[in-house]
Amino acid sequence: MARLKTPQKNGTPTTTDSPGAYVARVTAHNRSFGDTHVLKSIDLDIRPGEFVALLGRSGCGKSTLLRSLARLDPVPAGEVAISGRTSVAFQEPRLLPWRRVRDNVELALLNTPERRSRADLATRTLAEVGLSEKLGSWPRELSGGQAQRVSLARALVSSPSLLLLDEPFSALDALTRIEMHQLVIDLWRRHSMAVLIVTHDVDEALALADRVVVMDEGRLAHSWQITLPRSDRAPSQPEIAGARAQLLDALGVKPTPPNPNRNPLTNQGAA
Amino acid sequence: MSTTTVAAPTAPTRPRRRSRSRGSRLLFLRRWVSPVVLVALWQVLSSAGVLSERTIASPQQIAATAADLVRDGTLGAATLVSVQRVGIGFAVGAVIGLALAILAGLSGLGEHAIDPPMQMLRTLPHFGLIPLFIIWMGIGEAPKLALIALGVAFPLYLNTLSGIHGIDRKTVEAARAMGLTWTQRIRHVVVPGALPQTLVGLRQSLGIAWLSLIVAETISAHSGLGYMINHARDFLQTDVIVVGLAVYSLLGLATDAVVRYLEGRALAWRG
Repeated sequence: MARLKTPQKNGTPTTTDSPGAYVARVTAHNRSFGDTHVLKSIDLDIRPGEFVALLGRSGCGKSTLLRSLARLDPVPAGEVAISGRTSVAFQEPRLLPWRRVRDNVELALLNTPERRSRADLATRTLAEVGLSEKLGSWPRELSGGQAQRVSLARALVSSPSLLLLDEPFSALDALTRIEMHQLVIDLWRRHSMAVLIVTHDVDEALALADRVVVMDEGRLAHSWQITLPRSDRAPSQPEIAGARAQLLDALGVKPTPPNPNRNPLTNQGAA
Repeated sequence: MSTTTVAAPTAPTRPRRRSRSRGSRLLFLRRWVSPVVLVALWQVLSSAGVLSERTIASPQQIAATAADLVRDGTLGAATLVSVQRVGIGFAVGAVIGLALAILAGLSGLGEHAIDPPMQMLRTLPHFGLIPLFIIWMGIGEAPKLALIALGVAFPLYLNTLSGIHGIDRKTVEAARAMGLTWTQRIRHVVVPGALPQTLVGLRQSLGIAWLSLIVAETISAHSGLGYMINHARDFLQTDVIVVGLAVYSLLGLATDAVVRYLEGRALAWRG
């Protein structure tokens, strides 16, 4: 049951090509800025409702790939196909300071046809992220975690089929981050959209994702499927500990060798 | 938590608040003491014959003249003409300044074309252009309006442009990720983002508009407050001159108050 698939090459094997099978399909995608090749022939498929973590060191190109998926950068025709809506939550909340919390969320519905229900929908989504009491607040009155929740609500309110999260929790303190992880899992279960989270945090990737893709120097180096239920993903779980070691190894991080002169439990010198 | 907020405005705080307001009223009155003393001194010196009427009329006489000028309609008509000049000149200058700032702020090409000449011209003292204006446009209404418009356009241009430049590009990008169109981004992000700095420019430009009016009307005018003042100069009517000056400053104060009110309304989000 608790099973961790060993490295596969570049994403999951293609099983079907029917149009509903993917919310995003990236094929032989290249990006370069001047002489620097940031993305080198990327292939990635994201299935509906799948939770994918894109893990990599700073500068590996993971955010560039997210920007391609979000259609924030011009992308050569045919390399990135998206079906349905995408929305993005960034590392910073990026709220408009001159709009109250609910108006910020409503802004994401500006181009949806049903004008009347915008406020209701925004109110409901803010309730889902636990901010019912902050509807009329100005962004400056929010804490970092609250602002990031508004940003999540703003991304969710338009019911995207693919939610893109660009290191959304890296600026938050550790405790808030754990709460946000639970919130994202809740929201994902309730809305059943696909999620791609870009992160450099191995534990975050292991806690959240169905599939962890490691990116290295513009290439998708490895992909792991994590089948363990999320409630069983304590870091002490042998499967998780093992996966963690493999991911760190794929990222080129060497484990700290144990100090043979110290007993880690008592923190006293062994005779 | 809620009990303290509910309790706050009840009995115990009331006396303190009343005493505080009485204290601030006293402070407010104290600020009027020295101006009143100065006017009284002026009246005493005039009555004693120390200040001759040719130097400056007594406050009493100025008040009487003001009442006469209001009653026979001279002051009202002159003020109306002057306010119209400022209104038209300001409108023309504001449209030019704002349009140039928007063009320069939103397109790189526009900035390259517009900003260098504007930066060169802004160092030119615009009152120095009066001789040229008179050669080009004669001494009718046109050079007066041109002088006011020129004085208004520059502070609005410079402040609005720096307001647009100061907008966080990341919020614009977030708006793009939400699927907002170009016009929607201008309306919901760029305009409100540049507004605080534009209002600073508005206040500066209104001050300059009144100053330009006074200079323009002093040089040549056949109507308006400046004409009334110049006419009075020919007959050594210092009382009429002072009434005209007082109206100028009241008009300046009034427009400043309007801008401050607008700032309070539009910038509530800053707290």
